Amino acid sequence: MSAPSLLFDAPGPKARMRHRILTVLGLGLAALIAWLVIDKMNDAGQLEADLWKPFVTDGELWKEYLLQGLVNTLKAAALSVVFAGIFGIVFGLGRLSSNLVVRFVAGTIVEFFRSVPVLLMMIFLFFGYFGPHEFPSSSTSSLAAVVVALTLYNGSVIAELVRSGVYSLPKGQGEAGLSVGLTDGQTLRSVLLPQALTAMLPALISQFVVILKDTALGVQITYPDLLNTASQIGSRYSNTVPAYVVIGLVFVLLNYVLTVVASWVERTLKSKGRTAGPILSTVPNIVQGDANPGEPTVHGLERVGESFDSFTERARREPD
Amino acid sequence: MGDVFENYDIIGAFWVTIQLSALGALGALVIGTIVAVMRVSPVQVLRILGAAYVNIFRNTPLTLLMFFSIAGMAFILGLMLSDDLSTNAYRWAVIALAVYHAGFVAEALRSGVNTIPAGQAEAARAIGLTFGQSMREVLLPQAFRGAIAPLGSTLIALIKNTTVAAVILGTSNPEAAGMLQVITENEGASLPTFGLFAIGFVILTLPLGVLFTRLSQQLAVKR
Repeated sequence: MSAPSLLFDAPGPKARMRHRILTVLGLGLAALIAWLVIDKMNDAGQLEADLWKPFVTDGELWKEYLLQGLVNTLKAAALSVVFAGIFGIVFGLGRLSSNLVVRFVAGTIVEFFRSVPVLLMMIFLFFGYFGPHEFPSSSTSSLAAVVVALTLYNGSVIAELVRSGVYSLPKGQGEAGLSVGLTDGQTLRSVLLPQALTAMLPALISQFVVILKDTALGVQITYPDLLNTASQIGSRYSNTVPAYVVIGLVFVLLNYVLTVVASWVERTLKSKGRTAGPILSTVPNIVQGDANPGEPTVHGLERVGESFDSFTERARREPD
Repeated sequence: MGDVFENYDIIGAFWVTIQLSALGALGALVIGTIVAVMRVSPVQVLRILGAAYVNIFRNTPLTLLMFFSIAGMAFILGLMLSDDLSTNAYRWAVIALAVYHAGFVAEALRSGVNTIPAGQAEAARAIGLTFGQSMREVLLPQAFRGAIAPLGSTLIALIKNTTVAAVILGTSNPEAAGMLQVITENEGASLPTFGLFAIGFVILTLPLGVLFTRLSQQLAVKR
Protein backbone atom coordinates (compact mmCIF):
# COMPACT_ATOMS: atom_id res chain seq x y z
CA MET A 1 0.00 0.00 0.00
CA SER A 2 2.82 2.38 -0.79
CA ALA A 3 0.83 3.60 -3.77
CA PRO A 4 -0.80 6.67 -2.15
CA SER A 5 2.44 8.09 -0.82
CA LEU A 6 4.03 7.42 -4.20
CA LEU A 7 1.36 9.09 -6.27
CA PHE A 8 0.47 12.10 -4.19
CA ASP A 9 2.21 15.06 -2.71
CA ALA A 10 1.65 15.87 0.94
CA PRO A 11 -1.77 17.56 0.77
CA GLY A 12 -2.03 21.31 1.18
CA PRO A 13 -5.04 23.10 2.65
CA LYS A 14 -7.06 22.91 -0.58
CA ALA A 15 -6.31 19.24 -1.09
CA ARG A 16 -7.15 18.47 2.53
CA MET A 17 -10.51 20.15 1.99
CA ARG A 18 -11.06 18.09 -1.15
CA HIS A 19 -10.13 14.92 0.71
CA ARG A 20 -12.63 15.76 3.41
CA ILE A 21 -15.36 16.22 0.80
CA LEU A 22 -14.41 12.92 -0.83
CA THR A 23 -14.42 11.22 2.57
CA VAL A 24 -17.96 12.43 3.16
CA LEU A 25 -18.94 11.31 -0.34
CA GLY A 26 -17.34 7.92 0.25
CA LEU A 27 -19.15 7.47 3.53
CA GLY A 28 -22.34 8.58 1.79
CA LEU A 29 -21.80 6.00 -0.92
CA ALA A 30 -21.21 3.26 1.65
CA ALA A 31 -24.30 4.33 3.57
CA LEU A 32 -26.35 4.40 0.36
CA ILE A 33 -25.29 0.86 -0.56
CA ALA A 34 -25.97 -0.38 2.96
CA TRP A 35 -29.36 1.32 2.95
CA LEU A 36 -30.29 -0.11 -0.46
CA VAL A 37 -29.37 -3.61 0.69
CA ILE A 38 -31.20 -3.32 3.99
CA ASP A 39 -34.24 -1.71 2.41
CA LYS A 40 -34.48 -4.36 -0.28
CA MET A 41 -34.00 -7.17 2.25
CA ASN A 42 -36.56 -5.61 4.54
CA ASP A 43 -39.12 -5.26 1.75
CA ALA A 44 -38.75 -8.93 1.01
CA GLY A 45 -38.98 -9.73 4.72
CA GLN A 46 -35.47 -11.17 4.80
CA LEU A 47 -34.34 -9.30 7.89
CA GLU A 48 -36.80 -10.94 10.25
CA ALA A 49 -35.06 -12.42 13.24
CA ASP A 50 -36.70 -15.81 12.72
CA LEU A 51 -34.77 -16.32 9.53
CA TRP A 52 -31.41 -15.60 11.10
CA LYS A 53 -32.01 -17.14 14.52
CA PRO A 54 -31.36 -20.76 13.47
CA PHE A 55 -27.74 -19.86 12.77
CA VAL A 56 -27.27 -18.85 16.38
CA THR A 57 -29.63 -21.04 18.34
CA ASP A 58 -30.14 -24.19 16.33
CA GLY A 59 -27.35 -26.65 17.02
CA GLU A 60 -28.89 -29.09 14.58
CA LEU A 61 -28.44 -26.67 11.69
CA TRP A 62 -24.73 -26.59 12.40
CA LYS A 63 -24.36 -30.29 13.04
CA GLU A 64 -26.57 -31.59 10.25
CA TYR A 65 -25.84 -29.09 7.54
CA LEU A 66 -23.11 -26.47 7.95
CA LEU A 67 -20.41 -28.56 9.58
CA GLN A 68 -21.23 -31.51 7.34
CA GLY A 69 -20.84 -29.31 4.30
CA LEU A 70 -17.70 -27.71 5.66
CA VAL A 71 -16.15 -31.12 6.31
CA ASN A 72 -17.01 -32.23 2.76
CA THR A 73 -15.55 -29.06 1.28
CA LEU A 74 -12.36 -29.38 3.31
CA LYS A 75 -12.12 -33.08 2.49
CA ALA A 76 -12.32 -32.45 -1.25
CA ALA A 77 -9.90 -29.53 -0.94
CA ALA A 78 -7.38 -31.48 1.15
CA LEU A 79 -7.39 -34.49 -1.18
CA SER A 80 -7.02 -32.21 -4.20
CA VAL A 81 -4.16 -30.32 -2.57
CA VAL A 82 -2.22 -33.51 -1.89
CA PHE A 83 -2.80 -35.01 -5.34
CA ALA A 84 -2.25 -31.70 -7.12
CA GLY A 85 1.02 -31.28 -5.24
CA ILE A 86 2.23 -34.70 -6.34
CA PHE A 87 1.00 -34.14 -9.91
CA GLY A 88 2.63 -30.73 -9.97
CA ILE A 89 6.04 -31.91 -8.80
CA VAL A 90 6.07 -34.92 -11.11
CA PHE A 91 5.07 -32.93 -14.19
CA GLY A 92 7.12 -29.89 -13.19
CA LEU A 93 10.20 -32.13 -13.06
CA GLY A 94 9.04 -33.71 -16.31
CA ARG A 95 9.07 -30.31 -17.97
CA LEU A 96 12.60 -29.75 -16.68
CA SER A 97 13.84 -33.16 -17.79
CA SER A 98 16.84 -33.34 -20.09
CA ASN A 99 14.96 -35.91 -22.19
CA LEU A 100 13.18 -34.18 -25.07
CA VAL A 101 10.30 -36.69 -25.25
CA VAL A 102 9.56 -36.50 -21.52
CA ARG A 103 9.70 -32.71 -21.68
CA PHE A 104 7.34 -32.58 -24.66
CA VAL A 105 4.78 -34.99 -23.17
CA ALA A 106 4.79 -33.27 -19.79
CA GLY A 107 4.55 -29.86 -21.45
CA THR A 108 1.59 -30.87 -23.61
CA ILE A 109 -0.32 -32.36 -20.69
CA VAL A 110 0.31 -29.35 -18.46
CA GLU A 111 -0.64 -26.80 -21.13
CA PHE A 112 -3.76 -28.75 -22.05
CA PHE A 113 -5.16 -29.08 -18.54
CA ARG A 114 -4.31 -25.48 -17.77
CA SER A 115 -6.48 -24.19 -20.58
CA VAL A 116 -9.52 -26.42 -20.09
CA PRO A 117 -12.11 -25.10 -17.61
CA VAL A 118 -12.33 -27.16 -14.41
CA LEU A 119 -16.11 -27.38 -14.60
CA LEU A 120 -15.91 -28.87 -18.09
CA MET A 121 -13.68 -31.66 -16.76
CA MET A 122 -15.86 -32.17 -13.70
CA ILE A 123 -19.05 -32.48 -15.74
CA PHE A 124 -17.47 -34.84 -18.23
CA LEU A 125 -15.89 -37.04 -15.56
CA PHE A 126 -19.03 -37.24 -13.45
CA PHE A 127 -21.79 -37.54 -16.01
CA GLY A 128 -19.65 -39.54 -18.40
CA TYR A 129 -17.79 -42.00 -16.19
CA PHE A 130 -17.88 -41.77 -12.40
CA GLY A 131 -21.62 -41.21 -12.01
CA PRO A 132 -23.05 -43.90 -14.31
CA HIS A 133 -20.43 -46.47 -13.28
CA GLU A 134 -20.68 -45.55 -9.62
CA PHE A 135 -16.91 -45.31 -9.40
CA PRO A 136 -15.42 -45.75 -6.78
CA SER A 137 -18.83 -46.18 -5.08
CA SER A 138 -22.24 -44.61 -5.51
CA SER A 139 -21.74 -42.19 -2.64
CA THR A 140 -18.20 -41.11 -3.50
CA SER A 141 -18.43 -40.78 -7.27
CA SER A 142 -19.05 -37.02 -7.12
CA LEU A 143 -16.17 -36.57 -4.66
CA ALA A 144 -13.91 -38.51 -7.04
CA ALA A 145 -14.91 -36.31 -9.99
CA VAL A 146 -14.31 -33.12 -7.99
CA VAL A 147 -10.90 -34.30 -6.77
CA VAL A 148 -9.72 -35.58 -10.15
CA ALA A 149 -10.75 -32.40 -11.99
CA LEU A 150 -9.21 -30.12 -9.37
CA THR A 151 -6.03 -32.23 -9.32
CA LEU A 152 -5.56 -32.09 -13.09
CA TYR A 153 -6.06 -28.33 -13.30
CA ASN A 154 -4.28 -27.20 -10.14
CA GLY A 155 -1.56 -29.81 -10.57
CA SER A 156 -0.78 -28.25 -13.94
CA VAL A 157 -0.63 -24.79 -12.40
CA ILE A 158 1.69 -26.11 -9.67
CA ALA A 159 3.84 -27.77 -12.34
CA GLU A 160 4.27 -24.35 -13.93
CA LEU A 161 5.13 -22.93 -10.50
CA VAL A 162 7.78 -25.62 -9.98
CA ARG A 163 9.25 -24.87 -13.37
CA SER A 164 9.37 -21.10 -12.91
CA GLY A 165 10.66 -21.63 -9.37
CA VAL A 166 13.62 -23.65 -10.68
CA TYR A 167 14.25 -21.17 -13.51
CA SER A 168 14.26 -18.25 -11.11
CA LEU A 169 17.21 -19.73 -9.21
CA PRO A 170 20.64 -18.30 -10.06
CA LYS A 171 22.48 -20.35 -12.67
CA GLY A 172 25.38 -20.93 -10.25
CA GLN A 173 23.22 -23.21 -8.10
CA GLY A 174 22.81 -25.82 -10.84
CA GLU A 175 26.39 -25.40 -11.98
CA ALA A 176 27.65 -25.92 -8.44
CA GLY A 177 25.65 -29.13 -8.20
CA LEU A 178 27.08 -30.43 -11.47
CA SER A 179 30.62 -29.43 -10.58
CA VAL A 180 30.67 -31.46 -7.37
CA GLY A 181 29.86 -34.50 -9.47
CA LEU A 182 26.08 -34.80 -9.12
CA THR A 183 24.15 -35.99 -12.16
CA ASP A 184 21.51 -33.81 -13.80
CA GLY A 185 18.75 -35.58 -11.91
CA GLN A 186 20.56 -35.42 -8.58
CA THR A 187 21.22 -31.71 -9.04
CA LEU A 188 17.55 -31.14 -9.78
CA ARG A 189 16.32 -33.19 -6.85
CA SER A 190 18.74 -32.26 -4.12
CA VAL A 191 19.88 -28.74 -5.03
CA LEU A 192 17.32 -26.99 -7.20
CA LEU A 193 13.98 -28.46 -6.18
CA PRO A 194 14.25 -27.81 -2.41
CA GLN A 195 15.10 -24.16 -3.05
CA ALA A 196 12.44 -23.80 -5.72
CA LEU A 197 9.79 -25.27 -3.44
CA THR A 198 10.76 -22.83 -0.70
CA ALA A 199 10.61 -19.93 -3.13
CA MET A 200 7.20 -20.93 -4.43
CA LEU A 201 5.62 -21.62 -1.05
CA PRO A 202 3.58 -18.39 -0.88
CA ALA A 203 2.28 -18.86 -4.40
CA LEU A 204 1.50 -22.46 -3.52
CA ILE A 205 -0.59 -21.45 -0.51
CA SER A 206 -2.48 -19.00 -2.71
CA GLN A 207 -3.20 -21.87 -5.05
CA PHE A 208 -4.87 -23.63 -2.10
CA VAL A 209 -7.34 -20.75 -2.00
CA VAL A 210 -8.17 -21.46 -5.63
CA ILE A 211 -8.70 -25.14 -4.81
CA LEU A 212 -10.91 -24.32 -1.84
CA LYS A 213 -13.05 -21.97 -3.90
CA ASP A 214 -13.23 -24.39 -6.81
CA THR A 215 -14.65 -27.18 -4.66
CA ALA A 216 -17.85 -25.12 -4.81
CA LEU A 217 -18.12 -26.12 -8.48
CA GLY A 218 -19.04 -29.54 -7.12
CA VAL A 219 -22.66 -28.42 -6.69
CA GLN A 220 -23.17 -28.86 -10.42
CA ILE A 221 -22.38 -32.55 -10.04
CA THR A 222 -24.34 -33.00 -6.79
CA TYR A 223 -21.33 -33.05 -4.46
CA PRO A 224 -22.70 -32.18 -0.97
CA ASP A 225 -20.21 -29.40 -0.24
CA LEU A 226 -20.60 -26.24 1.81
CA LEU A 227 -22.37 -24.38 -1.00
CA ASN A 228 -24.79 -27.25 -1.48
CA THR A 229 -25.83 -26.99 2.17
CA ALA A 230 -26.88 -23.39 1.52
CA SER A 231 -29.80 -24.55 -0.61
CA GLN A 232 -30.56 -27.37 1.83
CA ILE A 233 -30.66 -24.99 4.77
CA GLY A 234 -32.65 -22.60 2.60
CA SER A 235 -35.39 -25.13 1.96
CA ARG A 236 -35.34 -26.65 5.44
CA TYR A 237 -35.62 -23.36 7.34
CA SER A 238 -37.00 -21.34 4.38
CA ASN A 239 -34.25 -18.75 4.75
CA THR A 240 -32.40 -18.93 1.46
CA VAL A 241 -30.92 -15.45 1.53
CA PRO A 242 -29.51 -15.66 5.07
CA ALA A 243 -28.14 -19.12 4.31
CA TYR A 244 -26.21 -17.87 1.28
CA VAL A 245 -24.96 -14.82 3.16
CA VAL A 246 -23.68 -16.91 6.09
CA ILE A 247 -22.01 -19.46 3.83
CA GLY A 248 -20.49 -16.70 1.73
CA LEU A 249 -19.00 -15.27 4.92
CA VAL A 250 -17.56 -18.67 5.86
CA PHE A 251 -15.85 -18.89 2.46
CA VAL A 252 -14.52 -15.34 2.65
CA LEU A 253 -13.18 -15.97 6.14
CA LEU A 254 -11.46 -19.27 5.24
CA ASN A 255 -9.86 -17.83 2.13
CA TYR A 256 -8.89 -14.59 3.79
CA VAL A 257 -7.06 -16.50 6.52
CA LEU A 258 -5.21 -18.52 3.87
CA THR A 259 -4.27 -15.31 2.04
CA VAL A 260 -2.94 -13.78 5.24
CA VAL A 261 -0.92 -16.94 5.93
CA ALA A 262 0.50 -16.78 2.39
CA SER A 263 1.71 -13.21 2.74
CA TRP A 264 3.09 -13.97 6.22
CA VAL A 265 5.08 -16.90 4.79
CA GLU A 266 6.27 -14.62 1.98
CA ARG A 267 7.56 -12.03 4.46
CA THR A 268 9.17 -14.65 6.67
CA LEU A 269 10.92 -16.33 3.77
CA LYS A 270 12.17 -13.00 2.47
CA SER A 271 13.66 -12.09 5.82
CA LYS A 272 15.20 -15.53 6.40
CA GLY A 273 16.72 -15.93 2.95
CA ARG A 274 16.60 -19.70 2.81
CA THR A 275 16.63 -19.84 -0.96
CA ALA A 276 18.96 -18.36 -3.51
CA GLY A 277 16.05 -17.45 -5.79
CA PRO A 278 13.56 -14.61 -5.53
CA ILE A 279 10.41 -15.44 -3.56
CA LEU A 280 7.56 -15.93 -6.00
CA SER A 281 5.03 -13.50 -4.67
CA THR A 282 1.51 -14.52 -3.81
CA VAL A 283 -0.62 -14.94 -6.87
CA PRO A 284 -4.06 -13.39 -6.57
CA ASN A 285 -6.58 -16.11 -7.01
CA ILE A 286 -9.06 -16.63 -9.75
CA VAL A 287 -11.18 -19.72 -9.99
CA GLN A 288 -9.66 -21.72 -12.80
CA GLY A 289 -7.11 -19.10 -13.65
CA ASP A 290 -3.97 -17.52 -12.43
CA ALA A 291 -2.96 -13.93 -12.71
CA ASN A 292 0.49 -12.95 -11.71
CA PRO A 293 0.78 -9.17 -11.47
CA GLY A 294 3.99 -7.50 -12.45
CA GLU A 295 5.23 -10.49 -14.38
CA PRO A 296 4.43 -11.52 -17.94
CA THR A 297 2.14 -14.50 -18.27
CA VAL A 298 4.06 -17.68 -18.80
CA HIS A 299 3.21 -19.44 -22.01
CA GLY A 300 5.00 -22.46 -23.33
CA LEU A 301 8.73 -22.34 -23.44
CA GLU A 302 8.97 -18.61 -24.15
CA ARG A 303 9.68 -18.10 -20.50
CA VAL A 304 13.16 -19.63 -20.73
CA GLY A 305 14.54 -17.31 -23.36
CA GLU A 306 12.71 -14.34 -21.95
CA SER A 307 14.04 -14.63 -18.43
CA PHE A 308 17.61 -15.07 -19.59
CA ASP A 309 17.33 -12.24 -22.12
CA SER A 310 16.08 -9.81 -19.56
CA PHE A 311 18.73 -11.00 -17.15
CA THR A 312 21.59 -10.33 -19.55
CA GLU A 313 20.01 -7.07 -20.67
CA ARG A 314 19.81 -5.83 -17.13
CA ALA A 315 23.40 -6.79 -16.46
CA ARG A 316 24.53 -4.94 -19.55
CA ARG A 317 22.65 -1.78 -18.78
CA GLU A 318 23.55 -1.48 -15.14
CA PRO A 319 26.87 0.43 -15.52
CA ASP A 320 25.24 3.57 -17.02
CA MET B 1 -18.87 -37.02 -34.42
CA GLY B 2 -20.91 -35.47 -37.20
CA ASP B 3 -24.08 -36.57 -35.41
CA VAL B 4 -23.18 -34.53 -32.37
CA PHE B 5 -22.87 -31.43 -34.52
CA GLU B 6 -26.18 -32.18 -36.24
CA ASN B 7 -28.19 -32.91 -33.12
CA TYR B 8 -26.75 -30.27 -30.83
CA ASP B 9 -26.08 -26.61 -31.44
CA ILE B 10 -22.47 -26.68 -30.27
CA ILE B 11 -21.50 -23.57 -32.22
CA GLY B 12 -24.45 -21.80 -30.61
CA ALA B 13 -23.27 -22.89 -27.16
CA PHE B 14 -19.82 -21.45 -27.80
CA TRP B 15 -21.44 -18.29 -29.12
CA VAL B 16 -23.20 -17.95 -25.75
CA THR B 17 -19.81 -18.48 -24.07
CA ILE B 18 -18.26 -15.74 -26.21
CA GLN B 19 -21.12 -13.35 -25.47
CA LEU B 20 -20.87 -14.01 -21.74
CA SER B 21 -17.10 -13.45 -21.92
CA ALA B 22 -17.35 -10.19 -23.85
CA LEU B 23 -20.10 -8.64 -21.73
CA GLY B 24 -18.57 -9.91 -18.49
CA ALA B 25 -15.15 -8.56 -19.44
CA LEU B 26 -16.59 -5.16 -20.30
CA GLY B 27 -18.44 -4.94 -17.00
CA ALA B 28 -15.43 -6.20 -15.04
CA LEU B 29 -13.17 -3.61 -16.69
CA VAL B 30 -15.54 -0.74 -15.82
CA ILE B 31 -16.17 -1.80 -12.21
CA GLY B 32 -12.56 -2.87 -11.74
CA THR B 33 -11.19 0.49 -12.91
CA ILE B 34 -13.44 2.35 -10.49
CA VAL B 35 -12.40 0.07 -7.62
CA ALA B 36 -8.72 0.42 -8.57
CA VAL B 37 -8.97 4.22 -8.57
CA MET B 38 -10.60 4.02 -5.15
CA ARG B 39 -7.81 1.74 -3.90
CA VAL B 40 -5.03 4.13 -4.86
CA SER B 41 -6.89 7.35 -3.98
CA PRO B 42 -5.57 9.63 -1.24
CA VAL B 43 -8.83 9.32 0.71
CA GLN B 44 -8.76 6.63 3.34
CA VAL B 45 -12.48 5.86 3.31
CA LEU B 46 -12.39 5.18 -0.42
CA ARG B 47 -9.29 3.01 0.01
CA ILE B 48 -11.03 0.94 2.66
CA LEU B 49 -14.16 0.54 0.52
CA GLY B 50 -12.06 -0.56 -2.45
CA ALA B 51 -10.07 -3.04 -0.35
CA ALA B 52 -13.28 -4.43 1.13
CA TYR B 53 -14.72 -4.97 -2.35
CA VAL B 54 -11.58 -6.78 -3.52
CA ASN B 55 -11.28 -8.96 -0.42
CA ILE B 56 -14.94 -9.94 -0.38
CA PHE B 57 -15.42 -10.76 -4.04
CA ARG B 58 -12.03 -12.33 -4.61
CA ASN B 59 -12.55 -14.77 -1.76
CA THR B 60 -16.12 -15.77 -2.60
CA PRO B 61 -16.59 -18.68 -5.00
CA LEU B 62 -18.06 -17.52 -8.30
CA THR B 63 -20.47 -20.43 -8.06
CA LEU B 64 -21.90 -18.92 -4.88
CA LEU B 65 -22.37 -15.54 -6.56
CA MET B 66 -24.18 -17.22 -9.45
CA PHE B 67 -26.51 -19.13 -7.14
CA PHE B 68 -27.13 -16.16 -4.91
CA SER B 69 -27.96 -13.94 -7.87
CA ILE B 70 -30.74 -16.28 -8.96
CA ALA B 71 -31.99 -17.89 -5.74
CA GLY B 72 -31.51 -14.78 -3.63
CA MET B 73 -31.56 -11.63 -5.71
CA ALA B 74 -33.99 -12.67 -8.43
CA PHE B 75 -36.46 -15.01 -6.77
CA ILE B 76 -36.61 -13.79 -3.20
CA LEU B 77 -35.66 -10.13 -3.43
CA GLY B 78 -37.61 -9.88 -6.66
CA LEU B 79 -34.89 -8.28 -8.75
CA MET B 80 -35.90 -9.84 -12.05
CA LEU B 81 -33.92 -8.39 -14.94
CA SER B 82 -36.29 -9.79 -17.52
CA ASP B 83 -39.72 -11.43 -17.55
CA ASP B 84 -38.23 -14.32 -19.44
CA LEU B 85 -36.58 -16.71 -16.96
CA SER B 86 -33.73 -17.72 -19.22
CA THR B 87 -32.94 -14.13 -20.21
CA ASN B 88 -33.05 -13.20 -16.54
CA ALA B 89 -30.54 -15.95 -15.69
CA TYR B 90 -28.34 -14.89 -18.60
CA ARG B 91 -28.23 -11.25 -17.44
CA TRP B 92 -27.54 -12.19 -13.84
CA ALA B 93 -24.74 -14.48 -15.04
CA VAL B 94 -23.12 -11.53 -16.81
CA ILE B 95 -23.44 -9.41 -13.67
CA ALA B 96 -21.96 -12.15 -11.46
CA LEU B 97 -19.04 -12.58 -13.87
CA ALA B 98 -18.43 -8.82 -13.99
CA VAL B 99 -18.68 -8.31 -10.23
CA TYR B 100 -16.44 -11.27 -9.45
CA HIS B 101 -13.68 -10.48 -11.94
CA ALA B 102 -13.76 -6.76 -11.21
CA GLY B 103 -11.86 -7.54 -8.00
CA PHE B 104 -9.09 -9.16 -10.04
CA VAL B 105 -9.06 -6.36 -12.62
CA ALA B 106 -8.69 -3.85 -9.78
CA GLU B 107 -5.72 -5.78 -8.38
CA ALA B 108 -4.15 -6.03 -11.84
CA LEU B 109 -4.42 -2.27 -12.36
CA ARG B 110 -3.11 -1.59 -8.87
CA SER B 111 -0.14 -3.85 -9.49
CA GLY B 112 0.42 -1.83 -12.65
CA VAL B 113 0.53 1.35 -10.59
CA ASN B 114 2.91 -0.35 -8.18
CA THR B 115 5.40 -1.09 -10.98
CA ILE B 116 6.03 2.66 -11.36
CA PRO B 117 9.14 3.80 -9.47
CA ALA B 118 8.48 6.59 -6.98
CA GLY B 119 10.89 8.82 -8.93
CA GLN B 120 8.42 9.06 -11.82
CA ALA B 121 5.71 10.71 -9.73
CA GLU B 122 8.27 12.89 -8.00
CA ALA B 123 9.81 13.97 -11.29
CA ALA B 124 6.37 14.83 -12.68
CA ARG B 125 5.66 17.02 -9.67
CA ALA B 126 9.13 18.52 -9.75
CA ILE B 127 8.68 19.89 -13.29
CA GLY B 128 5.45 21.50 -12.16
CA LEU B 129 2.77 19.21 -13.57
CA THR B 130 -0.52 19.34 -11.73
CA PHE B 131 -1.95 16.15 -10.29
CA GLY B 132 -4.23 15.60 -13.28
CA GLN B 133 -1.42 16.26 -15.74
CA SER B 134 1.04 13.94 -14.01
CA MET B 135 -1.62 11.23 -13.90
CA ARG B 136 -2.51 11.64 -17.59
CA GLU B 137 0.95 12.18 -19.02
CA VAL B 138 3.25 10.21 -16.75
CA LEU B 139 1.64 7.74 -14.40
CA LEU B 140 -1.43 6.17 -16.00
CA PRO B 141 0.25 5.32 -19.33
CA GLN B 142 2.93 3.43 -17.43
CA ALA B 143 0.39 1.83 -15.11
CA PHE B 144 -1.71 0.43 -17.95
CA ARG B 145 1.35 -0.90 -19.73
CA GLY B 146 2.51 -2.58 -16.53
CA ALA B 147 -0.93 -4.09 -16.01
CA ILE B 148 -1.30 -5.71 -19.44
CA ALA B 149 0.01 -9.15 -18.45
CA PRO B 150 -2.18 -9.60 -15.35
CA LEU B 151 -5.18 -8.14 -17.21
CA GLY B 152 -4.62 -10.73 -19.92
CA SER B 153 -4.54 -13.54 -17.35
CA THR B 154 -7.76 -12.19 -15.87
CA LEU B 155 -9.47 -12.15 -19.26
CA ILE B 156 -8.41 -15.74 -19.96
CA ALA B 157 -9.65 -16.80 -16.53
CA LEU B 158 -12.93 -15.01 -17.19
CA ILE B 159 -13.45 -16.89 -20.45
CA LYS B 160 -12.90 -20.20 -18.68
CA ASN B 161 -15.08 -19.09 -15.79
CA THR B 162 -18.08 -18.48 -18.04
CA THR B 163 -18.59 -22.24 -17.70
CA VAL B 164 -19.66 -21.62 -14.12
CA ALA B 165 -22.77 -19.94 -15.54
CA ALA B 166 -23.90 -23.48 -16.35
CA VAL B 167 -25.13 -23.78 -12.75
CA ILE B 168 -27.88 -21.22 -13.40
CA LEU B 169 -28.41 -21.05 -17.15
CA GLY B 170 -30.38 -24.28 -17.51
CA THR B 171 -30.46 -26.40 -20.63
CA SER B 172 -32.67 -24.40 -22.99
CA ASN B 173 -29.90 -22.13 -24.25
CA PRO B 174 -26.75 -23.49 -22.58
CA GLU B 175 -23.19 -22.27 -22.83
CA ALA B 176 -20.38 -24.74 -23.56
CA ALA B 177 -20.21 -26.60 -20.22
CA GLY B 178 -24.00 -26.92 -20.03
CA MET B 179 -24.04 -28.26 -23.57
CA LEU B 180 -21.37 -30.82 -22.75
CA GLN B 181 -23.48 -31.92 -19.79
CA VAL B 182 -26.58 -32.35 -21.98
CA ILE B 183 -24.66 -34.32 -24.60
CA THR B 184 -22.88 -36.52 -22.05
CA GLU B 185 -26.11 -37.29 -20.20
CA ASN B 186 -27.96 -38.15 -23.41
CA GLU B 187 -25.28 -39.90 -25.42
CA GLY B 188 -22.94 -41.24 -22.76
CA ALA B 189 -19.29 -40.37 -22.34
CA SER B 190 -17.27 -39.84 -25.46
CA LEU B 191 -13.71 -38.63 -25.35
CA PRO B 192 -13.87 -37.06 -28.84
CA THR B 193 -16.81 -34.89 -27.72
CA PHE B 194 -14.92 -33.78 -24.63
CA GLY B 195 -11.86 -33.15 -26.79
CA LEU B 196 -13.99 -31.00 -29.07
CA PHE B 197 -15.14 -28.79 -26.20
CA ALA B 198 -11.66 -28.68 -24.70
CA ILE B 199 -10.19 -27.62 -28.03
CA GLY B 200 -12.91 -24.97 -28.29
CA PHE B 201 -11.60 -23.39 -25.11
CA VAL B 202 -7.99 -23.78 -26.21
CA ILE B 203 -8.91 -21.90 -29.41
CA LEU B 204 -10.59 -19.17 -27.39
CA THR B 205 -7.80 -18.72 -24.84
CA LEU B 206 -4.47 -19.68 -26.43
CA PRO B 207 -4.26 -16.86 -29.02
CA LEU B 208 -5.22 -14.37 -26.30
CA GLY B 209 -2.44 -15.68 -24.08
CA VAL B 210 0.13 -15.34 -26.85
CA LEU B 211 -1.21 -11.90 -27.79
CA PHE B 212 -1.08 -10.56 -24.24
CA THR B 213 2.38 -12.00 -23.60
CA ARG B 214 3.63 -10.31 -26.77
CA LEU B 215 1.85 -7.05 -25.96
CA SER B 216 3.20 -6.96 -22.44
CA GLN B 217 6.72 -7.50 -23.74
CA GLN B 218 6.41 -4.96 -26.53
CA LEU B 219 4.82 -2.32 -24.37
CA ALA B 220 6.85 -3.02 -21.24
CA VAL B 221 8.39 0.15 -19.86
CA LYS B 222 12.13 -0.30 -20.11
CA ARG B 223 13.70 0.58 -16.78
